[in-house]
Amino acid sequence: MSLRLFVSRDAGAIAVGADEVALALVQAAATRGVAIEIVRTGSRGMYWLEPLVEVATPQGRIAFGPVTEADVPSLLDALASNTPHLLRLGATDEIPWLKRQTRLTFARCGVIDPRSLDDYRAHGGYKGFERAVSLGPDAILNEVTASGLRGRGGAGFPTGIKWKTVAQAKADRKFIVCNADEGDSGTFADRMIMEGDPFLVIEGMTIAGLTVGATEGYIYIRSEYPHAVEAMNAAIAAAKRGGYLGDKIGGSTSSFDLEVRVGAGAYVCGEETSLLESLEGRRGIVRAKPPLPAHHGLFGKPTVINNVLSFAAAPFILAEGAKAYADFGMGRSRGTMPIQLAGNIRHGGLFETAFGATLGELVDDIGGGTFTGRPVRAVQVGGPLGAYFPRALFDTPFDYEAFAARDGLIGHGGIVVFDDSVDMRKQARFAMEFCAIESCGKCTPCRIGSTRGVETIEKIINGERVAENLALVEDLCNTMKFGSLCALGGFTPYPVLSALKHFREDFVPAPSTLQAAE
Amino acid sequence: MTAAFEPWNETRGAEIIAEHANQEGATLVILHAIQEAFGYVPEAAIPMVAQALNLSRAEVHGVFTFYHDFRHKPAGRHVLKLCRAEACQAAGGDVLAARAEAKLGVSLGSTTPDHRVTLEPIYCLGLCATAPSAMLDGRLIGRLDQNRLDALVAEAQR
Ligand SMILES: Cc1cc2nc3c(=O)[nH]c(=O)nc-3n(C[C@H](O)[C@H](O)[C@H](O)COP(=O)(O)O)c2cc1C
Ligand code: SF4
Ligand code: FES
Repeated sequence: MSLRLFVSRDAGAIAVGADEVALALVQAAATRGVAIEIVRTGSRGMYWLEPLVEVATPQGRIAFGPVTEADVPSLLDALASNTPHLLRLGATDEIPWLKRQTRLTFARCGVIDPRSLDDYRAHGGYKGFERAVSLGPDAILNEVTASGLRGRGGAGFPTGIKWKTVAQAKADRKFIVCNADEGDSGTFADRMIMEGDPFLVIEGMTIAGLTVGATEGYIYIRSEYPHAVEAMNAAIAAAKRGGYLGDKIGGSTSSFDLEVRVGAGAYVCGEETSLLESLEGRRGIVRAKPPLPAHHGLFGKPTVINNVLSFAAAPFILAEGAKAYADFGMGRSRGTMPIQLAGNIRHGGLFETAFGATLGELVDDIGGGTFTGRPVRAVQVGGPLGAYFPRALFDTPFDYEAFAARDGLIGHGGIVVFDDSVDMRKQARFAMEFCAIESCGKCTPCRIGSTRGVETIEKIINGERVAENLALVEDLCNTMKFGSLCALGGFTPYPVLSALKHFREDFVPAPSTLQAAE
Repeated sequence: MTAAFEPWNETRGAEIIAEHANQEGATLVILHAIQEAFGYVPEAAIPMVAQALNLSRAEVHGVFTFYHDFRHKPAGRHVLKLCRAEACQAAGGDVLAARAEAKLGVSLGSTTPDHRVTLEPIYCLGLCATAPSAMLDGRLIGRLDQNRLDALVAEAQR
């Protein structure tokens, strides 16, 4: 009997050697005359265990990791003779880090072959679509609204309301656009799901199309994600062959077609109107709103634009019902959030859980603290526009409103951990620098203010008139907050001001008189 | 692995443009395709794209300059991109970037005089759970440390 093995093809696994391990397995099997079959899956999201190798057994999959090329011969011997191995982690589903999660969106990621439509269908794929077809647009809208789903791209706008606006708009053409620009540092959930379960994204967009009466869609993927581009293109081709894209999809009377477009290295193109400009072939200059994309979007037509994870949540909601989703979460943050643990972290990866876990639980308990073993000093939540939180705020629950109440944001769910060697002046300076590099140039406070911000923080770092320059930075931040059209200029003050507020000691050296008194 | 690019050739350029010109909003698609073939977007291609899409030369030039990806001139034989975003900073990326600059004798965003290596910053490769990250000619590298970086730099210099 041949051994059935699973090795991830996720970019994060490949970056730490998954391809080499898969190749070594094939070679070692050949020299030993052991019959094996390797399925290249997505990642389970436990990146510190990648490359993870799983083997199918009658009792379910057993995991081994992290496996290096050098481990392969002994691993294969152990597998073939069913003897113990040092890297054995036990049944994959019983690994506590996975078991503690509530995987609604990522249920199949790391399990199925992302190139196989049959595998997707065999694991519950297209159940949501089938129910959506039988429900019809009005009932779908009720489900999505009742689920409480809010946009996972950052702003947290209710998805049901957005879809309803487009459904009600009258036009000869409407579009579904998937925002896969995922530019926030510390985030990779969109990439993982596109690489590990691409049909889910297609199904979600198709449901949106059915709901609002759109027959065409685009997925705008950042160019930094070549593996995701390849995975989505392969899945789109397979869905077309399988009758799930094109005319009369999945035996229904509706049509829907999809195309991938690749970005070109501009962070601001993640902003929805900038993205639409880019899709139309122009500079990614942010558009003033109104008009909303829902009324006047791609090529001037009513357009649903959502984050990858928003679309990816829809199939579960339709298949299992709004309540099954809304039962998870807290307050106005319903359902689950795929949280991404990143930076200087021991157990980095994707942790999907109901809203409400505290920041401290996520960083210390689930993340296991820092990779370097030094104390955690700061975490940045929500990407480059998100605030830096100190340990004193680790009781903040992961929830849109709770973070907003503490001058932060959860954004796309990324948490970047820093140890005590961090210099918060450098982080504040970088926030301004990033804004200066990526500004679309439309508003003066963003375009010029960010450059002034870099210069002023540099003066502070050099110890020049510190108090005066700190006041200047704060003033500048206020100008940017209120004088910027979009959140690039408008939210860059969050990391800067949070660094100033919570880590003041990095900016103002302790007065020597106080030190002397101690 | 070095990407083999064709030298700029107007006929070939025109073919590539024609292949994509009928797509809606084709400007980025075409610029990407040109760069994929020639390794950069030659100045001479800009008016050709403009004509094919019925746009002004200034419009196409504006698009070309707006996006960080598009190159004005060919890169070095190898392109080494180091992630400079926050998760990689948190994991020691600053020191590694400085080390790469010192080893290659150029700063991020430039090419070595022998034209072997272009060293570039990139802002997040989505590998933030195994930071710091790098990309050498399209190959991804996670958990970068001094030894791995030195090996990458040596490989790029070959
Ligand atoms: C500078 C900037 C960058 C953004 N980047 C992204 C991104 O990469 N992905 C994303 O989904 N939303 C991003 N957004 C948010 C989008 O503008 C928009 O809110 C989102 O696509 C709506 O989808 P959702 O409702 O499903 O979240 C960004 C916003 C700004 C201001
Ligand atoms: S805030 Fe910055 S990025 Fe946003 S529209 Fe204004 S200039 Fe452009
Ligand atoms: S921040 Fe470097 S890979 Fe994401």
